[in-house]
Amino acid sequence: MSKVVDLHKKPETARQNVGVVIVSHSPLIARGTADMVWQMVGDRVPLAFCGGNSDGDLGTSVEAIIAAIELAWSDAGVAVLVDLGGAETNSEIAIEMIGEPRSKFILICNAPIVEGAIMAATEASGGATLEAVVATAQELSPQ
Amino acid sequence: MNSPTVVMAQISTKVCITHANGLHARPSVMFTQLAKSFVSIISIADKAQGPWLNAKSIVKVMGLKAPFGAILFIRALGSDAELALKSLSQLVENDFDGDCVMNGGENANPA
Repeated sequence: MSKVVDLHKKPETARQNVGVVIVSHSPLIARGTADMVWQMVGDRVPLAFCGGNSDGDLGTSVEAIIAAIELAWSDAGVAVLVDLGGAETNSEIAIEMIGEPRSKFILICNAPIVEGAIMAATEASGGATLEAVVATAQELSPQ
Repeated sequence: MNSPTVVMAQISTKVCITHANGLHARPSVMFTQLAKSFVSIISIADKAQGPWLNAKSIVKVMGLKAPFGAILFIRALGSDAELALKSLSQLVENDFDGDCVMNGGENANPA
């Protein structure tokens, strides 16, 4: 089964900060990355992750990605970190299915999944805008 | 009407990194988060003459790779500059609130 997990209960103040969603082909990588974010950055950022396809194999599921985005939703927007190809395409489909106006506030980061998630969450924890959060995650990799 | 002119001086301090792993990943996150809680412009450097990096940028702070024993120069400009410098140097002096020492190796990286 693909898994969507809201890692922990968030304080209400977290909802004012940009949310972070981690989408990996592997449920273990998704969980591990989210756990690292939680331990290093804390709980001031809405955080959710998903990994694996609907058969429980490596892969990603549009349905699970939508559920993860809903869990991490913040009016300030959501930054999505993905690993390989299908994670990105399925995230794009998920965002399209969520539709406007919310889809305008969901951005996929062009950044390595673990490092990008830590950078994005650190930036988000200080109350930065979605654009600033995505830019910080992407600052790591030469564009 | 006379409008009062507000003059703010940039103040600076330096602190020795006593955390065994230096300014590695988790301390960098803590340092950046604390820096972000102040309105002042805050910069850090590993040399007195700079180059100065934005202390509120996690990428820049982590990128400094300041090792154990390094001197961290911090400067701040703004209404809460004094408190910012005091809090940030305290964080470093207190070894990032006892952040547990993770596996070594990062302090092998020269800054």
